[in-house]
Amino acid sequence: MIDLTLNTDLARTILTGFVHSEISRVGFARAVIGLSGGVDSALSCYLAAEALGPQNVLAVRMPYKSSAQDSVEHAQLVIDALGVQSLTVPITEMADPLFERFPEANPVRRGNVMARLRMIVLYDQSEAFRGLVVGTGNKTEILLGYTTLYGDAACALNPLGDLYKTQVRQLSRAIGVPEAIVAKPPSADLWLGQTDEGELGFTYAEVDQLLYLLIDQRYSPEECVAAGFAEKFVAAVVERVRRNHFKRVLPPIAKLSNRTVGYDFLYLRDWGT
Amino acid sequence: MKLTLALAQINTHLGDVAANLEKHLALIQEAQTAGADLLVFPELSLTGYVLQDLASAVALRPTSDNPVFQRLLQASQALDLVVGFVDEDRRHRFFIAAAYLSAGELVHVHHKVYLPTYGLFDEGRFFAWGDAVHAFDTRFGRVGMLICEDFWHASPPYLLWLDGADMLLLTSASPGRGLTSGPQLESARWVEQINQAYASLFTAFVAHANRVGYEDGLHFWGGSTVYDPNGELLAKGPYDQEGITLAEIDMNQLHRTRARLPLLRDERTALVLREMNRIQADSRQFGR
Repeated sequence: MIDLTLNTDLARTILTGFVHSEISRVGFARAVIGLSGGVDSALSCYLAAEALGPQNVLAVRMPYKSSAQDSVEHAQLVIDALGVQSLTVPITEMADPLFERFPEANPVRRGNVMARLRMIVLYDQSEAFRGLVVGTGNKTEILLGYTTLYGDAACALNPLGDLYKTQVRQLSRAIGVPEAIVAKPPSADLWLGQTDEGELGFTYAEVDQLLYLLIDQRYSPEECVAAGFAEKFVAAVVERVRRNHFKRVLPPIAKLSNRTVGYDFLYLRDWGT
Repeated sequence: MKLTLALAQINTHLGDVAANLEKHLALIQEAQTAGADLLVFPELSLTGYVLQDLASAVALRPTSDNPVFQRLLQASQALDLVVGFVDEDRRHRFFIAAAYLSAGELVHVHHKVYLPTYGLFDEGRFFAWGDAVHAFDTRFGRVGMLICEDFWHASPPYLLWLDGADMLLLTSASPGRGLTSGPQLESARWVEQINQAYASLFTAFVAHANRVGYEDGLHFWGGSTVYDPNGELLAKGPYDQEGITLAEIDMNQLHRTRARLPLLRDERTALVLREMNRIQADSRQFGR
């Protein structure tokens, strides 16, 4: 009954058109992407290379000393397959002085620092390469808030944000992302042995189906339970989506005047283009 | 009588009327060269779609002293035109509008009567509601114009049919949604189905011009269509690509189809009106 299968040809057409439109209409021709070795950034890189031409895409690898070796190698598979431009900027020398200053920092703090350092590198390359930062966040992680605000969530445009993780995998296979990347367990690679599904406590296959009912099909939590999902699982996901909404909106501005950005000063970003 | 109908499936610059006007004039030239008698542009073709606070800034009056319409009226000497714009009336209300221009004259303006204000749509916040659905006479016969959500409701096409329209000119800026494993977006499938249904139910020509391009993350899918009075597809534009789609319209098809299938002859408007009045008077039903 729950079918997340996509027409991948149509998805590819719409998403490459989106990347091309949103970059070219503001006077750019190039893109910068942080390539982690995982499936999301690999797919974003494939889409950007197709939309803009591989010479106009800069893939940046930003390993920390604890990053898995296969992450770097898998990123190289993408770079070689597409012929995009590439750069490796290790973040160890940037991160370690802060970690030494706060040795008690837990893995979440460390992970957030690494994600935000990568953002700094990407936005620096955005200016240097004259390219816009293409995001790699998918619908599942956006809804669950499984992302670092102003870290990996920071981007100029996000082609994958309306695709669930299982749909990212389907589109990746259709578009030719190497199977080693598509098939491996998803990981933020922020510390050794970390996997998304281990940290979240459920699989993407499960949560994508639940989110599809809750969000896309507008099921109530009770209806999801009636449809066969465990009550505790439903409650945990519903709460997680609500609690992380702050990551999906701009910070609220306190309204004082008659016309305030965000409330009654309303324009698309594509205004005038 | 035969005519060549052209649908201009264009992308637009959001809020840049001057740039959009130049594109209109270029396509008018192209359509004229291709032998078109009538060229239909999509909804809000002169302004772009998600206007929000730009609505008042891009509003126009469709008169010969307006510099934009002056040039379009001039261009309509060569072929008839339908263009989409924001109409500011004398009381400074802003309408989503379609204008029919012919031989240098403004023939008809339609104000969108259904403003979707739900889901991703917010038109009712920024625009005034149109209040009339009228067919009008052209050199090709009597036609009617509707804009996007207008024909998601069954009543406006029905009214135009009763008012004498044998050709419906429908315009959209339809954001694509509902990507599944199916061959097209759910929104595209829905629009194509109802257009074909209207052509069949009203034994009339139904032409639909939809735009392409993107505004922020919204994607407009194109796929403009023309159906004949038998509900047969006469022409279809590509999805997602700019261009002109041409269709040869043989108005005598109306004669042949309606000889076979006299749905218009047998339509019981008095019965409809009696029942509408009864339903309208019943406070438990619809009062709008």
